[in-house]
Amino acid sequence: MGALNNKFNDNILITSLDKLLNWSRSGSEWYFQFGLACCAIEMMSAAAARHDLERFGAMPRSSPRQADVMIVAGTVSLKMATRVKRLYEQMAEPKYVISMGSCANSGGPYWQHGYHVLKGVDQIVPVDIYVPGCPPRPEALLEGLIHLQKKMREEHVLAKKEA
Amino acid sequence: MEAPDIFSVLQAKFGEQIVDFLEEGTLNPTVVVKPEAVLKVCEFLSQNEKLQLDSLMNLAGHDQDGESDLSVIYHFYSTIHDHYITVKTFTPREEPSVVSIANLYRTADWHEREAYDMYGIHFEGHPDLKRILLEEDWEGYPLRKDYVPAEFYRGMRIEKVK
Ligand code: SF4
Repeated sequence: MGALNNKFNDNILITSLDKLLNWSRSGSEWYFQFGLACCAIEMMSAAAARHDLERFGAMPRSSPRQADVMIVAGTVSLKMATRVKRLYEQMAEPKYVISMGSCANSGGPYWQHGYHVLKGVDQIVPVDIYVPGCPPRPEALLEGLIHLQKKMREEHVLAKKEA
Repeated sequence: MEAPDIFSVLQAKFGEQIVDFLEEGTLNPTVVVKPEAVLKVCEFLSQNEKLQLDSLMNLAGHDQDGESDLSVIYHFYSTIHDHYITVKTFTPREEPSVVSIANLYRTADWHEREAYDMYGIHFEGHPDLKRILLEEDWEGYPLRKDYVPAEFYRGMRIEKVK
């Protein structure tokens, strides 16, 4: 929708259309699974039967082209970091990033002597939601996704951004 | 066969090339060999009727203190005779080089690449000696005790600024 983004004055039609778009977006957070270490196990368990992410319309995707959200779950090594960045760039707008676990947030246990670990994925891609924990429980990831939904619902798609 | 017996067989066969036998205070009794003799010794270990050490369980590089020589350690096991022996060889820190046994034991292929990756030990005669875990353009050998991490790697800061 690039050319039409934020081009219209607020009126009842545009506002309702925005609401509809935001509602549909936030109801289908298809996530690009970036399982890099132990945190990935919690992400899988969040997607499996007991916690069932699909209740929220969140479905795992293994291609960046089909995904709206990238969940970086685990230790981002410097070797992987170049790939994370490239795959982020391949995702279609609008795109969001959830950083899951201490490793992706700040380097985690590799904070001090991890010569090969990127100290925080926010150094290479913009992060929307940080989920703390080592590893975070699936409930924590769920909360992260719900926060992201809230964020999405407050966005302006067609209407001009408030100055 | 027990480890001391294996040592005496090796000493009888290779003489000077076998430097030492470490038993006291080590978990695994170890035969120390010269780096250029490694391949010959391993060939003998794998083929000799009484030894037949057909399985290389592990191969590792090692840096004792960041000053003295680097070493490579081989753990052998015989599935036929059910006995073990550990072989160790030292190589100078400046130009570390050991003969490769990758053509004899396939296990050694990736293990030697790892030792090369982490300690910079060059394995002569290895079919494809290149880094296995780190990127090709990585500088330095991180498991050496005197390794100091670079500040940046491809524009990414390695140590977090406090
Ligand atoms: S934050 Fe903890 S659980 Fe998650 S990848 Fe890092 S070490 Fe593993």
